[in-house]
Amino acid sequence: MKSTRRSFIQKTALFSGAFCLGFDWFQANGKEVSMVQTTMESGRFNAFLAIDPSGKIILYSPNPEIGQGIKTAFPVVVAEELDVDWKDVEVRQANLDTQNFERQLTGGSGALKHSWERLRKAGATARKMFIQAASQTWNVDASTCKTSKGFVLGPKGQKASYGSLVAIASKLPVPTEVTYKNRKDYQIIGKRTKGVDNKNVVTGKPVFGLDIEKPGMVIAQIIRPPFGATLKSFDAADALKMPGIVDVVSFKNKVAIVGKSTWEVMKARATVSCKYDSGDFDSDSTHQKWFDEGMKTDKATVQRKDGDFAAALARSAKVVEATYECPFISHSPMEPMNFFADVRADGTVLLAGPTQVPQSAQKAVASLLKIDEKKVEVELSKMGGGFGRRLNNDFALDAAELSSIIKKPVKVMWTREDDMGGGIYRPAARYHFKAGLDASGNMIAFYLRGVGINAGNATRQDNFPVGAIENVLVESVNQVSAVTTGPWRAPITNFLGYAEQAFLDEVAEAGGKDPVQMRLDWLARAKSNPVGKITYEPDRFIEVIKQAAEKSNWKKKPGVHQGFSVYFSHLSYVAQVADAQIVDGKAKITHVTAVTDCGEVVNLSGAENQIKGAIIDGMGHALYAKLRFNDGVASPTNFNGYRLIKGNEIPTINAYFVDNGIEPTGLGEPALPPTGGSIANALYAATKKRLYKQPFEV
Amino acid sequence: MSLDIDPNTPLLWALRDHMSLKGTKYGCGIAQCGACTVWVNGEATRSCVLPISAVANADITTIEGLSDHGDHPVQVAWDELDVPQCGYCQAGQIMTAASFLKKKPNPSKTEIVDGMSGNICRCGTYHRIQEAVKLASEIASKKKTKSTVKKSA
Repeated sequence: MKSTRRSFIQKTALFSGAFCLGFDWFQANGKEVSMVQTTMESGRFNAFLAIDPSGKIILYSPNPEIGQGIKTAFPVVVAEELDVDWKDVEVRQANLDTQNFERQLTGGSGALKHSWERLRKAGATARKMFIQAASQTWNVDASTCKTSKGFVLGPKGQKASYGSLVAIASKLPVPTEVTYKNRKDYQIIGKRTKGVDNKNVVTGKPVFGLDIEKPGMVIAQIIRPPFGATLKSFDAADALKMPGIVDVVSFKNKVAIVGKSTWEVMKARATVSCKYDSGDFDSDSTHQKWFDEGMKTDKATVQRKDGDFAAALARSAKVVEATYECPFISHSPMEPMNFFADVRADGTVLLAGPTQVPQSAQKAVASLLKIDEKKVEVELSKMGGGFGRRLNNDFALDAAELSSIIKKPVKVMWTREDDMGGGIYRPAARYHFKAGLDASGNMIAFYLRGVGINAGNATRQDNFPVGAIENVLVESVNQVSAVTTGPWRAPITNFLGYAEQAFLDEVAEAGGKDPVQMRLDWLARAKSNPVGKITYEPDRFIEVIKQAAEKSNWKKKPGVHQGFSVYFSHLSYVAQVADAQIVDGKAKITHVTAVTDCGEVVNLSGAENQIKGAIIDGMGHALYAKLRFNDGVASPTNFNGYRLIKGNEIPTINAYFVDNGIEPTGLGEPALPPTGGSIANALYAATKKRLYKQPFEV
Repeated sequence: MSLDIDPNTPLLWALRDHMSLKGTKYGCGIAQCGACTVWVNGEATRSCVLPISAVANADITTIEGLSDHGDHPVQVAWDELDVPQCGYCQAGQIMTAASFLKKKPNPSKTEIVDGMSGNICRCGTYHRIQEAVKLASEIASKKKTKSTVKKSA
């Protein structure tokens, strides 16, 4: 593919005299990095790298940073191929720029997979241009020159810094063909690189959405109705008399209290009373009834069918059957939802704050206000976690609508109670499994029905062991509720993974098989003679399983009860062995071994953080988390009732990575889905009690 | 420093809204998560439930004031071990850790785990938090040795 929009910027408003290579991190087609015109207008930048004559390198990183470390990982790849010293690189967050970026979002663990080739090419292209500049200066052949840590080295000991070559390099044409470093020569990729925002974080710099302050800004909180209810009336007479209160307004069943400071708004809010219509709103009993109905209905959607499940089950020597259930849970990022909006009289809008999908916020707000998207500017802030919650822009829409009503710049902040009680939860689901085993204990028939509440298809019908089993039937049922749901870190698989891996442990036991060997046997089948289409690579599965068994001393630890689990999601493979021990008469998870194949590890420090964090996240929620519903109202709504895992409850974790040099795949999510299963299976090994429902400890 | 605001205003909101010190974070508002931890007269305290009337004439230290150049041993250790993921809870973790180390300059592993377990980190950075507290204690004791040597020399 040839790029037609190749251009090269020599001078800009910000970086006079700098070498500025504009490139598109997010080009949709193919893997070519096109060199795009950098527009460099006030505050809106393309992704680009700039090197000034002093040798300082500036990289704009476009993806929203949510704690997944992308703001560090992207520049690591560019800096590696550019061949510079990491300490000379400065990373800045780019704001939303829909003209030049695509996929400027955080979700699906897809950023590195998507951008790997582009990032390498950007770095390698600039490096080649510095070599060409130096070789011209020294009148030597470019092939005799090398680079090292931001310098070009000539054949006779010549040495020139990239900075000193800026003026010449910036007049060269942009090369179309570049070669990449051999991975054995990597200086930064695969090593430990500290987060680029660490210094700001440890010194308390105002980098998060809730820290945003703008001239003339007011603060607002919003009272939201029970799920399914309609606001009939509200009384804010007392609130309006209170100091610092600017206005109390209603829109879309909500009541917004607007004031000058957070505490004044909180105090006034407590005096506002709202009346709602009555109706048959969701309660726990409603959800149980829907699960029961979903299990019985003959109107389930068939998601996958291989062979003849019913016939195979009928001829099975043994049938294993089990039902698993997972509740609605909250995302609970430490920074509650919040967003700033300024809908101005001149028809322009400024949005600012923490969102995983800034472009969707822009589109949704433009559509709400019936204005051109180009009039909506979005500034990105660092996010105090998200876990999928900030994929839904309800908070941005609320802020924009409120600003348009009160005609003021406003920051809407959610209390913890608003955040936990206000919806967009992980869907609830019930799973029913059946397995038919032949006389040798081999699974010949596999059935799964997933009934979700606002989950869409609550199954992942092509997931292993599908592809290795002769007769398969996977069905889904979706029940529609007024309780709002959305993706939660590793959507669907974060609970399906637990149910599947726990059920397969039952299958192994019933068939008299070792859980590790059973999976290896299936994968051998999936590799040599797959049943239907398979979406995973059996060899990569096999490798993580073998390494996890070896590194965990599988079933060779006296006094330790182990549980096995392995899962493929977001194109990465994670095998886990959880160790349970009886401590003070109680089974406790003491250690987890995790082996991950996410291809090339870009930043070992960040990668370890993602694996350990996802395991702690998965374990904490499997053990403790549950929202209850009564007449459309969720509870609990704060951390005194909704338990999050703490530092004295975590196992030790060893995180290993398969060293295979394949292009990097997802890492923010894949270690979570296998976690519920590995710990359920270890706790079973310790107690002989199966755990069919999350949370395990109620 | 004097403020003309409702005396019931929690210290957290006085700091954030009226003194533009945004480093101290809101997480739960009910003293459960520790994101709002500051020092009141040197003691780690949850500022979200503490009315400013209760801290008249008290000496308050926030994350912004922990060190002049971001080089308190705990801050150095947090960066060195790359503790933060999203980073939102870390100011509270750091203020808790620095206060803990004043009382226990050479803590055992168990003491660190117990001392730090009141603060929630939703990203699950707990292992590195615990390792960083240990590292911070080592950095602090080296500094102390150095200054002692200097004095005697």
